[in-house]
Amino acid sequence: MTHQYPALSAEQKKELSDIALRIVAPGKGILAADESVGSMAKRLNQIGVENTEENRRLYRQILFSADNRVKKCIGGVIFFHETMYQQGDDGTPFVRMIKDKGIVVGIKVDKGVVPLAGTDGETTTQGLDGLSERCAQYKKDGADFAKWRCVLKISENTPSALAIMENANVLARYASICQQNGIVPIVEPEILPDGDHDLKRCQYVTEKVLAAVYKALSDHHVYLEGTLLKPNMVTPGHACPTKYSAEEIAMATVTALRRTVPPAVPGVTFLSGGQSEEEASINLNAINNCPLARPWALTFSYGRALQASALNAWRGQRENESSATEAFMKRAEVNSLAALGKYEGSGDEAGAAGQSLYVANHAY
Amino acid sequence: MAHQFPALTPEQKKALSDIAQRIVAPGKGILAADESVGTMGSRLQRIKVENTEENRRAFREILFSSDSSMNQSIGGVILFHETLYQKDSSGKPFPHVIKDKGIVVGIKLDKGTAPLAGTNGETTIQGLDGLAERCAQYKKDGVDFGKWRAVLKITDTTPSTLAIQENATTLARYASICQQHGLVPIVEPEVLPDGDHDLQHCQYVTEKVLAAVYKALNDHHVYLEGTLLKPNMVTAGHSCPKKYTPQEVAMATVTALHRTVPAAVPGICFLSGGQSEEEASLNLNAINQCPLPKPWKLTFSYGRALQASALAAWVGKPENKKATQEAFCKRAQINGLASKGQYIVSGKSDAAAKQSLFTASYTY
Repeated sequence: MTHQYPALSAEQKKELSDIALRIVAPGKGILAADESVGSMAKRLNQIGVENTEENRRLYRQILFSADNRVKKCIGGVIFFHETMYQQGDDGTPFVRMIKDKGIVVGIKVDKGVVPLAGTDGETTTQGLDGLSERCAQYKKDGADFAKWRCVLKISENTPSALAIMENANVLARYASICQQNGIVPIVEPEILPDGDHDLKRCQYVTEKVLAAVYKALSDHHVYLEGTLLKPNMVTPGHACPTKYSAEEIAMATVTALRRTVPPAVPGVTFLSGGQSEEEASINLNAINNCPLARPWALTFSYGRALQASALNAWRGQRENESSATEAFMKRAEVNSLAALGKYEGSGDEAGAAGQSLYVANHAY
Repeated sequence: MAHQFPALTPEQKKALSDIAQRIVAPGKGILAADESVGTMGSRLQRIKVENTEENRRAFREILFSSDSSMNQSIGGVILFHETLYQKDSSGKPFPHVIKDKGIVVGIKLDKGTAPLAGTNGETTIQGLDGLAERCAQYKKDGVDFGKWRAVLKITDTTPSTLAIQENATTLARYASICQQHGLVPIVEPEVLPDGDHDLQHCQYVTEKVLAAVYKALNDHHVYLEGTLLKPNMVTAGHSCPKKYTPQEVAMATVTALHRTVPAAVPGICFLSGGQSEEEASLNLNAINQCPLPKPWKLTFSYGRALQASALAAWVGKPENKKATQEAFCKRAQINGLASKGQYIVSGKSDAAAKQSLFTASYTY
């Protein structure tokens, strides 16, 4: 507490900070394409496609073959381990395809949730064992940032003090190890939208969780300028009877962040949770038009909300590949505008874009 | 942790937020005129004036009866208990004199340091007993903000975890109680400039201290938009052989704040510590010119650095009233400009302005 034993040299800090700024450059956000094998199963199941390694490869290829228009919208792509080592049809490694577009490559490094005994069904996240060696290898293999997802849930008795503290601590350990290996950690403390709680309740819990996260990051000597935050937007529970406008969601979200996220954090990249593609874009746009002062970039790190239409367009057929890529490109461009507060809405709520993507107790 | 029991109504929040905004309105800062009887003794001794209640009253009257234009640079005045109930020569209570100029009245609320057993000479602050009742009374008597000074010291073994934790907790309790009674709490976690440590060491300690303070404020459900922070600038220890420029001080200071102070805090009012009047102004100016994003107001809450020249001009003689007021108003104006980054140094500076005001292990 009294002495500093610098965790990072000035050069290391600069490298991390530069990577973070590139990912959240104005108008850019993140494509979260890091669905585990199990999560991909659900996705592919919904469109009647078999969950094979080849199908997963073909599908990611659709996303990664987007043309140069994608450079202005996507600053980073998060990979799952398997995908890091896959290639396109012409043998080009996916990592190379992404980097050649000037997009930063990221990797999911957590190993899923495990139960916290003595709690009401709460969890922590594992993956710290050998994390340093894994980060070093991923860095060699082309990754410059990582992602680790913690999960909290709102109910009568949760999140408990233990769950908040334990998840914050594990996020801070992960972040510290990443930075030691030149990797920018995306810190993701997701509060699930499951439940019937209202907007205020979510805001309150989000503030408590984020305060604990940033205290833990400080305690673990994490260099904030070389991190990104991936939080939930502040929304009511999915079963809440009250409906809220995008502006109310934006105000609650930005207020919570202003009270907890130090200005040194370069960017906040929201997860989409169970929001539909259009909802996620409208809300992000409202956030970027919120009248409160916002010292960090506010952008997206979307999985489902960038890919739902693309998956639907593809349906496993090779002949649908370019229309699927185009569907992805469209959402990427819309979210890029939303990240600048310039999206005017599509008017079309009926298509896949408007359909809710909520899956109860989503485990990724 | 899971439920919110709102500490404040929306009306209470708005009232607190409005007061805070008025104090740190653009170009304005705080006159810290809350020296205790003992501390005023040190001041008056230096100019060979007897430390009587009347002399203390007379000096404060000179300051508070300065031209109304002082309200362009002064948003708030902190008073000591005795002074709150004193009157000017026409029988007008000091709070009225100050409020009539549109300046907000504040009160020192802490009751000084108490030792922390088992530490290397570290302290906490007392004053929580009956604080709610005192705040209620002060609010009736015209006060709208409070001040509470916690003290930490840098040595090889300090500040310890306990000292940081304990002082952060008492600051949070004080802040919570203030807000319940409509007083905006100024939170002052002063890291003393005593010692030979360098700029980096002070920055590191300041970051740890502020992270603990904001975690405690969050834990205690304090409404950040209705608070102000009064920290030390980040400077080298007073006996550090290395000298730093105002720009280096500014960069270290703003970086530390950037990493710890949420954007929701409306204003940061630096204490002057042992800095001379001119040094305190130059540093504040450099801070406001620092190229990092600054989502809070960065202004002054100066005691010695606003009053040294005035005291030297007064030397206890009523016929020096005008010269005293001019000296004070001059520093007020300069600091008002510095709070906007617009102070242009003329090249000539008064002897009293430059003289270091450092007193070892300053206790107020």
